[in-house]
Amino acid sequence: MKFRLALSCFALSFHSLLASAGPLEAQLATYATAAKAANPAFAGFSAARGEKLHVTNFALGKPDTPACTSCHGNDPRAAGKTLTGKLIEPMALSVSPGRYADPAKVEKWFKRNCNEVLGRECTPLEKGDWLAFVSSR
Amino acid sequence: MKFPTRPLALGLLALGFSALIFSRAQAGGGHYYPPVADPVVKEECGSCHLAFPASMLPASSWKRMMGELDNHFGDNASVDPEVARKITAYLVANAADTGGQRYGAKLQRGVDPASAPQRITALPKWVREHREVPDWEWRHKDVRSKANCTACHADAELGYYED
Ligand code: HEC
Ligand code: HEC
Ligand code: HEC
Repeated sequence: MKFRLALSCFALSFHSLLASAGPLEAQLATYATAAKAANPAFAGFSAARGEKLHVTNFALGKPDTPACTSCHGNDPRAAGKTLTGKLIEPMALSVSPGRYADPAKVEKWFKRNCNEVLGRECTPLEKGDWLAFVSSR
Repeated sequence: MKFPTRPLALGLLALGFSALIFSRAQAGGGHYYPPVADPVVKEECGSCHLAFPASMLPASSWKRMMGELDNHFGDNASVDPEVARKITAYLVANAADTGGQRYGAKLQRGVDPASAPQRITALPKWVREHREVPDWEWRHKDVRSKANCTACHADAELGYYED
């Protein structure tokens, strides 16, 4: 009896864990593992570092796009615009709840956009921080 | 047996005429280019700029462009091979010299399809249509790029390019 109860409790908590662990959580966990492997002192992602990444004028990629804000704008809750005039829906998860649900899409754009801005791919730490930033807004 | 040929001819003429009117209306008087209808193409080719209508370039152009997506006007627009194959099939089937001919042929005047032009904005006919647009307008902060069709053609997403 006691065993059965314990088992069903376990099943219940496991179930709620699964329900909250969407694709974004799974992707963050993957980035966290990689960040930890790169630096054992890694102690979690930081929305503040993510915001810094978002607004910093790197100017290391294409001259027209020195920062993430060149296309996404300063306020993640507002829409952005590409240089060719295409509207970009806000990046803040609170305003665009449909975002970051497709890990392949997220990876594709990190790869493109980090190259445009930083002239290289972003590290797992940078990606996790940035996602923490937009999830917190 | 000679008698019924006249109504028949008249009927054919009427049919031809209405077909002509119909296709003119559908073509929007020559500036209608059906917008991309395929959701994958719309997503992959319509997030950085307007998903340009397939009928604005010949099939050879799309084939070449799809083979060089890792250096797409300085951007990396590559997609995985399976997606690329689907996009190419759609663009090639609806190009200016294939399925999209009745919409796009006009824009291809003076173009050798074998040259596989990569820019709509460099087609001689496009250049001619835009020769009266003043310099300051191209440089306006809301325009900035010739490829920003929607800045001037408010209904470009719907396929209309009149104003
Ligand atoms: C040249 C313009 C441009 C720049 C600069 C840019 N982005 Fe983007 N970004 C886009 C576009 C366009 C999309 C895709 C449109 C959409 O998802 O609505 C996008 C999408 C994304 C996505 C995927 C969103 C999703 O829903 O999955 C991420 C993540 C992202 N950008 C991160 C960044 C980061 C981080 C930077 C700075 C290092 C940056 N971007 C700079 C244009 C840009
Ligand atoms: C990562 C962003 C990005 C993606 C994704 C993208 N493009 Fe582009 N495309 C550009 C840029 C940048 C230009 C150059 C715009 C300019 O001249 O201002 C361009 C230009 C073009 C042009 C020429 C426009 C002109 O001047 O006539 C065509 C045609 C085109 N793209 C088709 C496509 C197709 C087809 C796809 C999908 C396979 C695609 N693009 C996906 C960024 C992108
Ligand atoms: C700076 C503003 C501007 C931009 C940007 C622009 N156009 Fe135009 N376009 C015009 C003007 C002005 C005309 C001529 C007015 C007219 O004939 O309706 C025109 C005419 C045209 C026509 C001929 C319409 C007709 O009457 O048959 C086509 C097709 C067209 N544009 C396509 C495009 C495409 C495709 C793009 C983007 C690749 C583009 N335009 C970008 C201003 C612009």
